[in-house]
Amino acid sequence: MSSVTIPPVLAQWQERIADACSTGTAIQLRGGGSKAFYGQRPEGEVLDTRSYNGIVNYEPTELVVTVRAGTPLAELEATLAQQQQMLAFEPPHFGPATVGGCVAAGLSGPRRARAGSLRDFVLGAQLLDGNGKLLSFGGQVMKNVAGYDVSRLLAGSLGTLGIITEVSLKVLPVPQSEQTRVFSLQQEKVLEVMRQWAGKPLPISGTAWHDGRLHVRLSGAGSAVEAAAVKLGGESLSPETAQQYWQQLREQETAFFRAGSAPLWRVALPATAPPLALDTLLDDSNTLLEWNGTQRWLRGTLPGPRLRQLVSRLGGHATLFRSGDKEQGVFTPLADPMATLHTNLKKEFDPAGIFNPGRLYPSL
Amino acid sequence: MTFSNDARFDVTAGVLIKRLLACVDRQSLITSKESLRPYECDGLSVYRETPLAVAIPESEAQAQAVLRTCHELGVPVVPRGAGTGLSGGALPHSQGVVLSMAKMASILRIDKDAQIAVVQPGVRNLAISEAAEPHGLYYAPDPSSQIACTIGGNVAENSGGVHCLKYGLTVHNVLRARVLLMNGDCVEFGSEAPDSPGLDLLALFIGSEGLLGVVTEVSVKLIPRPECARLVMASFDNPNAAGNAVAAIISAGIIPAGLEMMDKAISEAVEPFVKAGYDLDAAAILLAESDGTPAEVEAEITRMETVLRDCGARSLKVSDSEQQRLLFWAGRKAAFPAIGRISPDYYCMDGTIPRKHLGAMLSAIGDMEKKYGLGCANVFHAGDGNLHPLIMFDANIPGDLVKAEQFGAEILELSVSFGGSITGEHGVGAEKINQMCIQYGPEELSRFHGIKHAFDPAGLLNPGKAIPTLHRCAEYGAMVVHGGQLPFPEIPRF
Repeated sequence: MSSVTIPPVLAQWQERIADACSTGTAIQLRGGGSKAFYGQRPEGEVLDTRSYNGIVNYEPTELVVTVRAGTPLAELEATLAQQQQMLAFEPPHFGPATVGGCVAAGLSGPRRARAGSLRDFVLGAQLLDGNGKLLSFGGQVMKNVAGYDVSRLLAGSLGTLGIITEVSLKVLPVPQSEQTRVFSLQQEKVLEVMRQWAGKPLPISGTAWHDGRLHVRLSGAGSAVEAAAVKLGGESLSPETAQQYWQQLREQETAFFRAGSAPLWRVALPATAPPLALDTLLDDSNTLLEWNGTQRWLRGTLPGPRLRQLVSRLGGHATLFRSGDKEQGVFTPLADPMATLHTNLKKEFDPAGIFNPGRLYPSL
Repeated sequence: MTFSNDARFDVTAGVLIKRLLACVDRQSLITSKESLRPYECDGLSVYRETPLAVAIPESEAQAQAVLRTCHELGVPVVPRGAGTGLSGGALPHSQGVVLSMAKMASILRIDKDAQIAVVQPGVRNLAISEAAEPHGLYYAPDPSSQIACTIGGNVAENSGGVHCLKYGLTVHNVLRARVLLMNGDCVEFGSEAPDSPGLDLLALFIGSEGLLGVVTEVSVKLIPRPECARLVMASFDNPNAAGNAVAAIISAGIIPAGLEMMDKAISEAVEPFVKAGYDLDAAAILLAESDGTPAEVEAEITRMETVLRDCGARSLKVSDSEQQRLLFWAGRKAAFPAIGRISPDYYCMDGTIPRKHLGAMLSAIGDMEKKYGLGCANVFHAGDGNLHPLIMFDANIPGDLVKAEQFGAEILELSVSFGGSITGEHGVGAEKINQMCIQYGPEELSRFHGIKHAFDPAGLLNPGKAIPTLHRCAEYGAMVVHGGQLPFPEIPRF
């Protein structure tokens, strides 16, 4: 239901929206600014969402938390950790992230191949749309099929449909036990190995391969993790080193991500896609594989159109994640009728086109 | 029951049928009164309507031709899978065409390496798991109608099942959908990669009840079949204790593969022919399943037993064989037909509530039984708060049907006031269209209509369902107030 009384902060934002509509000024939605690098260049006057914050409702036994968008992601995760719960999609922070920004960016971390992506955990959302209306979609229950699933649509929408003011997320218990095993493998072999393991009932909660080394994280009941470790073999990693490894991977703080300033491409592919053959532009040192090989990070000044052509033939898509020339399009361009559907939806939620114009695609 | 479709069109039947004959083979177009009869309703058989025609395309091209023709002529189209839906989502429009996807029923590809199945919309849910079985894989969502319901229908309804707390709903298990829009344009949402560029239209599309497009091909995720599964059955003296036990299991960090509750009325109805050994003196029975490796299951079952005992379970039984596990489940799975045996008719509700309100909900339902003079038995997907009250009535007794409907509406409205939803997995369809006016305000409903408009500007695809017009809500609000039965005066109406 629409709220009867509007909180003062949201009332101010409604005025900002009304002003923006009448003057035709764009609003650039911003939480902690930790993902300002992501997407096309932000345009417009900044609206800082951090003034609307706080955990509205958290009941660990319901596995649901409702949070205002400006709440620091770190604060939310710390609160969940006190109850031995977590955001199972392990969203990257990349700095002082807010929950709203996290949902708008829609990014998931190492556990995604096992647990699901951010949008899988969105149960409900509140939104200020381009008419300044405060709308509530979804709810705080696991199952809700009444009405279209607008809350999941907002995940990854990069603020183009409105200001996400509040979200309800499904949370999960922290696994009882974790172990990381390390294997030496070349790229051709590692893709096959990861696929085979993914097809078996093994408690694998993270895979990452770079420069001949595959890290595999196992999570679950102690006995199951132990049994899987014995089955898979490999070298073990101390709990501290393992914890640090996955944390740095999630935050892109490992040497692969840190070294130099070459553009970083994110390629999403079906599990059976072979190693990318892009002449000599790619070798093992500038590739990092995650999610059983379905998420591939490439470092280098690659020819965008050729990369996209190759990747789309394989059934995937390529995103210019960090640095590089954004003129070639950060996201794979859409053709009709997809492009028309996007334009139509944008018009319904933001008729004046004031929210983050051009951040996702130049025409949105 | 009382559903009248408020979407009206200007259609000339003769012209329509002539044009449709150019789209599909003669035997794939049903127009005679007798042959149309099986299509008059879906699983909610109290709503019936005769369409002008049923078209059963054998290919995407034929389906596209039907849609283009209807789009051009301004004729409404109601997509249909197996017709097992429980909310009247596939109820025909009297001026329209039913587009049955039953003949597009091929499994196109089982890719064990990618762990993906690519199927046509008319493939049955269970058939996917059967085809994946030789590879040790299966498709997780398992609605109770899985032997009959189709994947196209599952996508339209975002179907769940008894294992969705751990394995998710349809939206979590479908990777890609190929879809025809009302104007015949073909579009693909999602991909076989982890995500796709742009807005997540796949998430928006799943559960859209056939209002945004017609599925012609689906890629679903297959997962490794767990090595073993075992079930704990616990009985309780009162439903609140059972509800607390559910919360305690989750507090202990356990996500069971299935977590179901049945009340006394259900166990009494099923035990005589299932003979599962249910505790008939108990007010509530909880079924908690663990799956995984044998070591994992052993550890989890032991932990659940401890929690259940601490929560005051009066008896505990753990399945010691696959046969016994299935027997314990048998009663839960037979709940609907069992109620059908003891009552001439029943009406199944589908509200979802935060679990903590379970006790309050059950006692409110008890009061409603007295108020309406009708019995109600309750099964509950306890893990995810999805309640299925089965209201028992006799359609041959004048007034009983209306009472059952009012009883149901009151349960749904109470679900919303507890912060829940009017439907967890069956969909709004025709059935719960009025209750949508309680769950959502006019602004949200307007945005829903906007989304519909973005996909289907002419408003021809499954019109009048799922999202009520503001006019309908105004009338419904007025009706309820005039009846003097406004259940929640604090909820704003319009």
